[in-house]
This record gives sequence, structure tokens and C-alpha cells, in this order.
Amino acid sequence: MAKTIVVIGGGVAGMTAASRLADLGEKVILLEREDQTGGHLRQWDRLFPNRRPGYEVLDFLMENLEHKVDVRCNQGISSVSQQPSGFSLELEAGESLPCDALLLATGFDLFDAHKKEEYGYGIYDNVITSADLEMMFRSGQKITTRQGDAPSRVGFVHCVGSRDEKVGNLYCSKVCCVTGVKQAIEIKEQFPGAEVFGFYTDLRMYDRHFEEMYYEAQQKWDINFLRGRVSECAENQDHTIVLKIEDTLTSRPLKMTVDLMVLLVGFVPSPETLRLAAMLGIVVGEDRFLEPVDEHTRSNFTIQPGVFLAGASKGPFSISNAIADAGEAALQIHEYLRTL
Amino acid sequence: MIIEGKKKIWQEYQKEIADDHYFYVRSCVRQNFFPGSEKAFLRIMQEELGKDVYENAAHTTCSGIGYHSDVVPFDTAMTVIARQFALMTESGYEHFVTSCITSFGLYSEVLETWKHFPDVLTRIRGFLKEATGREFEIPRNVAHASDVIFRFRKEITARGKFRLVHHQTGQPLRVVEHIGCHYSKMFPSKGVGGAEYPYVLVGMVEEWGGEVIDYPERRHCCGFGFRQYVVRANRGYSLANSKKKFESMKPYKPDFILTNCPGCPMFFDRWQYTLSEMEGVTYGENGEGIPVLTYEELAGLILGYDPWDLGFQVHQVPVEPLLDKIGIPYDPSRKFLGKEGQDLGKPASPTVLKFF
Repeated sequence: MAKTIVVIGGGVAGMTAASRLADLGEKVILLEREDQTGGHLRQWDRLFPNRRPGYEVLDFLMENLEHKVDVRCNQGISSVSQQPSGFSLELEAGESLPCDALLLATGFDLFDAHKKEEYGYGIYDNVITSADLEMMFRSGQKITTRQGDAPSRVGFVHCVGSRDEKVGNLYCSKVCCVTGVKQAIEIKEQFPGAEVFGFYTDLRMYDRHFEEMYYEAQQKWDINFLRGRVSECAENQDHTIVLKIEDTLTSRPLKMTVDLMVLLVGFVPSPETLRLAAMLGIVVGEDRFLEPVDEHTRSNFTIQPGVFLAGASKGPFSISNAIADAGEAALQIHEYLRTL
Repeated sequence: MIIEGKKKIWQEYQKEIADDHYFYVRSCVRQNFFPGSEKAFLRIMQEELGKDVYENAAHTTCSGIGYHSDVVPFDTAMTVIARQFALMTESGYEHFVTSCITSFGLYSEVLETWKHFPDVLTRIRGFLKEATGREFEIPRNVAHASDVIFRFRKEITARGKFRLVHHQTGQPLRVVEHIGCHYSKMFPSKGVGGAEYPYVLVGMVEEWGGEVIDYPERRHCCGFGFRQYVVRANRGYSLANSKKKFESMKPYKPDFILTNCPGCPMFFDRWQYTLSEMEGVTYGENGEGIPVLTYEELAGLILGYDPWDLGFQVHQVPVEPLLDKIGIPYDPSRKFLGKEGQDLGKPASPTVLKFF
């Protein structure tokens, strides 16, 4: 009898793993809470490092699901429990769904920038997040301040909600640095005469082509990078933003004004991930992301046989890393099912 | 500015403020700086609102100024505070109210320390017992006196005779509110509205008809900063900080500055005079300064108390322009008379700052 795998989460990792498992001949059900698959990728305009349109990757993932994976959107999960053989999911719609293996690909939430109260997100007119800016890019309209003016000075604040003990997130979110560099270039593409600043802790250009993009940002686009954490923001009468920062390379406090300030928000574990993890007895790390059995050699396995992990439920991932990880998870699940 | 965003934060930072039966401890310095304020608090609470506010004559400094100036060790400060709590316990009270912001911050710091390190509490109980023979209970509620006035702001409105509205134009007065650093910057959850957008004074201003100004240097220190002023060689920093604030708020044309700390009104008030003498600058209209008020003085004005009974004659920046805007009557000839009508003498006029 064919075995059934339920993949929870229809983002990049979930879509990838589901299609790989189907290719391997497994019966896969993909559950997504929202009304369509795609996850955060659906909100992103262009991707680092090559600034290709996000929809190209999304279309690729969507096409791979077609006709081979049972995709069920708008499916909230009430509960999940271990059974003598496999697992049982109770869906909010009332359906009971048995399966032989589970893949948690529940992804992440973006850090809620309201929590950094000193930056004034949701209070000052022209403080936005990187996700807000991406939606503006996606709209195809020129970027403007809330007052409708073209910005002549734009600041990017790195590490918002990451590497920050004050909000309880000590970890690095990995992709915000390169996102900040990408978005800074995109601002300069629209407004070549604008001054653009990046306020960073470290610039962690860890992957292929990232460093080159950082060079391009400085050499071609004349973007200024200042090392130091912004301490607070305030609003001027003309709705511009005053920010205070210590330039830690020159050891000087700075106060400057920008027309638009972009907060590069990091990853946080989603409450749904933690809820499911608690029901399944999955280990949660100090950073509140899910812990695999062995982060090097068995990074898709949990301590519960038959429950697997892929993507950003384990911590910050780039899209390419999530795709690679989900492919590996699919292989591990396929092998596991052969043992049953 | 998106006011809804602020309201969301204000809703997140609510605190419990006791309704009655307060054990009140005074500030070390306020009676010298603004002598009518604490008296006004007691009058409002006891005579207007009929509340039980008790003062124990044996209470002392909390030692906060010494602690924050690095001359009083933390164990000493905790033991002094334990004695204050012992006086409260012996007097039969459980609700502790401080006049001073630094005291409020230090009481909060001590209580948090004891909560997280019970062995420290045990040690301090031992010190107090050994030194004085006293024992104490932890207060059920600790509030700053501005929290208490905030709690009863609507009752004050109901009894009020004046509103923060220009009596000729009908326009709301524009108010700079400034919170003492030790109110909520250390423990945001202990202050009404939190640390970044405190609501305790905003709530009073809004309730009494005024309009609050949010200006770029709103969060900046008043200039006291303890070492900036207490260490004499650093006083230039103190003045520079206050100047930064005045220059930031001036374009918004505030009608007055409202404060809830002993130090802040002192420095806002006196340094305006100093800056006018040093640089010839004034920050109000027509060569006037920006009047600086404590929340008790403001509540007293709203309730119709005589401005000279509230102690406005000892302000360096005259408050008469503000009284005129609100339409509060006052007798200029009584400004420098003592309580029994004796002539206290008019001080010399400043060179630049308009004086009345």
C-alpha cells in the first residue's frame, strides 16, 4: 500500500520537498494555511544576488507541483498526534488526515519591527521595513515618501530584530545584509542622484556573488556604508527622519536626517511552528527555532521518527539554501518510508 | 506622525496604580527647587479627592542621588530603602508613592533585584535588622506621584476651573512633555506608556485640553544627567544638552514644558536664564522663555489654585505669559510677598530674558 506524506507549509521548502517526493513516486499532500502556496516569496519583487524577478523562481516551484501533488490551501491544523502507525492530523475544516510521515516546512515570520519602539515603525510616517519596500517595488510604482515625494536620502538599518539581545534574538538572520545591499542598489536605480546609507553591524556577505554585489554597491552606485547600530529615530516637522548612530569605525556619534528609513527585518520562528513542535515533542532550541537530531549529519531528522524538518523552521535560510535543504529532506523521507 | 501607532504602544504599557491609602515619600531637592509642588500634591489628594496620604516624619533620602553619582554603594542604597519600607509597614500602609523620579527608578531597581535575587533580599533584611532592629514588607504597589495624578486626571477635570486652551483664540495650548529618565527608561513596564512614548504626562495634557508636541529631541536628557551637573567640571555638558532640547523644540512654539522629575524642571528653567545671559538667546515668544511646570503645579492651576500659592514666583522663567493665555487671574503685586504678606524683595531682573 502506498505511503502518505503530509508536508506542512507551502513555502519554498515545502513546495520543493513535495515535488521531489512526488518525483520519487510518493503520495504527497501539501497543506498550506494561506489561500495560495509560495510563502514569503510571493511578497518579494527581485531576488539577490542577481536581482532576477522573484516570480521566476515561484513559477518554477508552482509548475513542479502541478498534477503530481495534492495541494490543499486554506488548511489550518487543529492538532497533530502520533498513532501506532504514523500520524493523524485534525484539520480545522473537520477532516482527519492520517499519514506515515510528516515534514515540517512551516517557515518563519518576519520580525515585528514595532518591537523596536525606538525606531518608530508604525508611528513615524517614513519608517518602513524591507518587506514594505519590496511590496512597493512589486507594485511597479516609483518609491515615494508617505507625503508622495521622491526620496533624496534613504537609510537602511541592518540587524533589526537580529543579533539583538534586547529583543531576545541573538542569532544572525543571514539574508538581511545582502537584502539591504540589493535594495539600496534598487533605490539608486530609481533615483541615481539620491544619497543612500547602510547602517550595519557587520556586513556578512557569505555566499557566492554577494561580495561582488557589495563592491558594486560602493563602486558603481556610491552607496555609503557606516558601521554602527542606530540608537533612535525621531520625526522632523517636515516628516523626515532624524536618526542617531555611533560610527564605530571613527568612534564618533552621528546625527543625520533621511527622507525614508528602511528597517531590514530578520527572521523569527512562527508561532504555528512552535505550536506544532509542542504537539509532536520536537526539540526547540534556545533561539526558538526547531532542532534537528544532528545539525551537520542529520539536519532533516527530529528526535521523533517519521517527523522531518526542512527550511526556515530550523533557522534563517536563503531561498537557494531552502531549496537544497528541502531536496535533501525529500530523499531522507523517501528512504525512511522504505524502512516501514 | 501616526497617532494610532502611539495609542497601540500606550495600550501595551498600562500599570496598576493604587486607588487610596498612600505612604508618601518626598524628594530631597524639590522643596528647594519648586517649593509648592509637593504641597500641591497633598492638597489635591487630601482636600480635593479625599484620599488618605500619609507621611512619616522619620523618612529620609532614598540615597538615589548618591547612588547614581557613584558615592553610595548599592547595598547601602538597598538598606536605606528597606528602612523606608519598614516605616511604611510600621505605619500600616502597603501603597508606596514617591515624589522623586530617581527615587521611583531606584525603588523599582531594588525591587526587581530582590525579585530575581532573593538571597540579596535576605542579606538586606539582615543588614536592616542588625542596624535598626526593623523589619519590613514589600509594598503591594509602588507608583510615582505623577502616576497617581494621571490616575485621577478625570476627577481633576471634573473639579477644574481652567482648561489648557487659549482663552481668546480657543486653540489648545501646545505642550512639550518631558519625562525623567529614571521613570521608565530602566524598566519600561513600570511607567505609564513605556519608555519610548511615555503617556503619563501626555494623558494629563490631553485630558486637560492641551496638545502635545513630539519634537526630534524629545527623548534626550534634560541636561541634569547627574555626573554632567554634579561634577562641576562637566557642567558645560549639562548646559549643552539643555540647549539641544530647546533648539529642537523652539520651532514647534510650545506654550510651556511639563515635567515629572525633580531635576528636569530645574535645568529647563534655570538654564534658559543662563543661556540668555551667555548667548543672548531666548526660546519663547517676544524675548520670553518657555515656562516650565511640574505636573502638580499644572494640576493646581487647572483646579484654580492661586499661582503664588503654587510657588511660581521662584521660577526663573516667568509663567505670567502662560497664565495670561489660559486666562488665570493673578495679582502681580503679591508675587514677592511671603505667606504672611511680608515683602520678600524682588530679585534683580535678568539682562535678556523678559521678567515680570
